[in-house]
Amino acid sequence: MAGSGAGLITNARHGIQAAVRDAGDRVSEPGAPGAGEAGRSDEEREYRSLMRKWWFGAAIGAFTMIFSYPWLFPVLREWLPRGSESVRALWMVMGVLSLAVLIYSGSQFFTGMWASLRTRQANMHTLIAFGTSVAWIYSTIAVLFPRLFPEEGMTEVYYDVTVVVTALVVLGLAMEIRAKGRTSEAIKKLIGLQAKTARVLRDGAEVDVPVEEVAVGDVVIVRPGDKVPVDGVVVAGSSAVDESMITGESIPVEKREGDEVIGATINKTGAFRFRATKVGADTALASIIRMVQDAQATKVPIQRIVDVVSGYFTPAVIILAIVGFVVWYLFGPAPALTYALVVAVTTLIIACPCALGMATPMSLTTGIGLGATHGILIRGGEALQKAKELTTIVLDKTGTITHGKPALTDVIVTNGIADDEALRLAAAVERSSEHPLAQAIVEGAEARGLGIGDAADFRAIPGHGVEAAVDGRRVLLGNVKLMRDRGIDVETLEPQARRLADAGRTPMYLAVDGRAAGIIAVADTIKADSVEAIIALRRMGIEVVMITGDNVRTANAIAREVGVERVLAEVLPQDKAHEVQKLQLERRVVGMVGDGINDAPALAQSDVGFAIGTGTDVAIEASDITLIKGSLRGVVTAIQISRATMRNVYQNLFGAFIYNSVGIPIALGVLYPFFELLLSPILAAGAMSFSSVTVISNANRLKRFRPTVSAA
Amino acid sequence: MTPDKILVLLGGAGTIAFIVWFFWLAKKEGVKAGLTPSGYQEAMILVKGGYTPDVIRVEAGTPVRLKFRREETSSCSEMVVFPDFQKSAQLPSGEVVVMELLPKTKGTYAFQCQMGMLHGKLIAE
Repeated sequence: MAGSGAGLITNARHGIQAAVRDAGDRVSEPGAPGAGEAGRSDEEREYRSLMRKWWFGAAIGAFTMIFSYPWLFPVLREWLPRGSESVRALWMVMGVLSLAVLIYSGSQFFTGMWASLRTRQANMHTLIAFGTSVAWIYSTIAVLFPRLFPEEGMTEVYYDVTVVVTALVVLGLAMEIRAKGRTSEAIKKLIGLQAKTARVLRDGAEVDVPVEEVAVGDVVIVRPGDKVPVDGVVVAGSSAVDESMITGESIPVEKREGDEVIGATINKTGAFRFRATKVGADTALASIIRMVQDAQATKVPIQRIVDVVSGYFTPAVIILAIVGFVVWYLFGPAPALTYALVVAVTTLIIACPCALGMATPMSLTTGIGLGATHGILIRGGEALQKAKELTTIVLDKTGTITHGKPALTDVIVTNGIADDEALRLAAAVERSSEHPLAQAIVEGAEARGLGIGDAADFRAIPGHGVEAAVDGRRVLLGNVKLMRDRGIDVETLEPQARRLADAGRTPMYLAVDGRAAGIIAVADTIKADSVEAIIALRRMGIEVVMITGDNVRTANAIAREVGVERVLAEVLPQDKAHEVQKLQLERRVVGMVGDGINDAPALAQSDVGFAIGTGTDVAIEASDITLIKGSLRGVVTAIQISRATMRNVYQNLFGAFIYNSVGIPIALGVLYPFFELLLSPILAAGAMSFSSVTVISNANRLKRFRPTVSAA
Repeated sequence: MTPDKILVLLGGAGTIAFIVWFFWLAKKEGVKAGLTPSGYQEAMILVKGGYTPDVIRVEAGTPVRLKFRREETSSCSEMVVFPDFQKSAQLPSGEVVVMELLPKTKGTYAFQCQMGMLHGKLIAE
């Protein structure tokens, strides 16, 4: 997972902290929980400040709206007739008040414009600052030097535009903060999961310490209802632990001595003690938070195009506003200057580069956060986009479709040996083996209460089987090839072995002292939810392929049981990546689901690699999507989330694009020749604020997503 | 065409030409990151309405340490994102946040606020 250079960063940080402390600054590391909290209070402060600015602007806005055109109101018409000195005096007051609004409520637009001019990058602030200040300057000239304008109609003022536009855009920003806060709720929830304190054993006494003080090796005491503070291994006691917040698994998991516990999960009924193995930034929760934060910093590939457009967008809008001004001045109806000015200001105000810029990041942040709440860690925008396009899913059989842990299923004997004796001998040989099938036989024998003896002269014959001496007898356990090599006749057993293999089990021949003794069969059992997930994938139009090192017959038997049509059997671990590549050459977009180290090359080769989280760190590292819980239903949910998120991205981009490409021409007055319709700058400001809030709200809609096949 | 219209036409054309030059054509020099005794190339970036400096020149293959100091509360700039490095950081106002990056190959690595309103570039040479 993330953070390979964490040590380097931490060490470097202390140096910087010391250096900057002298300068009176505070230093924080990106992604530290503290930074998140500071971000939240910043957010709240900013929201309150914007709301103050809005109320100030709105109050003066109401006043300026009325008194910019007092002759339109019957009550005021007599007192303030058009063109009178009293109106002019009132407008002067309004000029001062609206300047106050620009300076107070609109300050961020002007600092933003100043910075944008210095860095030669125009943005929304540039447009709003230009628009409102042009309206204010024109109005002030009209009030101070009315004689400059040949017609009386031209001496109108636009202080209302200045004030109301500023107020509306500020209100829009405040609403954005609220909506954006909801977008990143998932990460805040994850950070909030962290336990604050831990009860540890120090010098024989139980003491409560802040969770930061828990060290690796500490024995931590967890009482009923407590939150598990850090990651570790249970050393005493047992209990059911609710891991739903990390894995999405809703049923509490039984934990006893030797089992791993994850920090931030909640202990239900029992009490236990565990030894801390991972603390601080190394815990599973910290890794998840880091991974989600990093993923949210990535881009959906389509955004690269949007970025290019955005780079040209704002200066292009300024150019269009100037073109609009010139065209209306040259060819527009009288009073030409007024119309030209209104068109230019409206164009500057209505354009919303923000909606375009926010369209993808907002959906991406929500979508990746959504994944995290379902126990699905999506590595970034690219994985998300690719997951939507998948046509084929390759499932590694062992550990993915099945539990990956075989169990003893059959003991068949011949030549007069007893069932239990055959199993006892086989178990004695296999106890020395590291093969996963061996453990199943040993556990099977133990379950029957057989006393397993010791084996001598153990030898593993790769690809064939094992042999050893048990109680002075030569015991051979392996495939038909091993038996033939040793000249042992297993012909009578072969039909039964075939039957077992047809049923998806792995039969092993047992020979004792050079004679066939029977068959021991083991099988990997299918996970309860694999069938459901495969049906769901097929219903989504995705072809499901099973890949396995097993023989064709065993593979087909499992495939039939779970409903997979295409099977790639007898594939050596090193060839899995090659098989994925072959599918890609068939022009398929291939997702690979795997859990083991040997799956890593295939995961990396595939378009989207799904690591089943119960697997190894290597597989997780090579994957694009990690399923914390080892259920295939997570694959279905991950694809559904990616489809929903990408649909949301396209909706947002389409909306932002349509908004700008319809809004800007209307602002420029294309409707005027046909309907004598010209947009008011105030309406433009409302539309602009509304458009960016709409984009964020649409992204938030994603949170209502419910998987059809629950990952839990 | 009346003199005022000619003036508006010429003024408009001139302003457009200026905007094209100012925003698109004029080349930005940027600031070269200084090398610290610890072997990092270091630059301080002020976040206020934009990134100052917004173009930072570094040498490829040497670790880079960018110190962001945000001096505003505007929510636009609360997060800085380096998509090419898959890194992001919250920038609490008034704090110095340190980002460490390693541009392994030559090229231009963009950084921006989360909403794509403020932009900057890290140019590795």
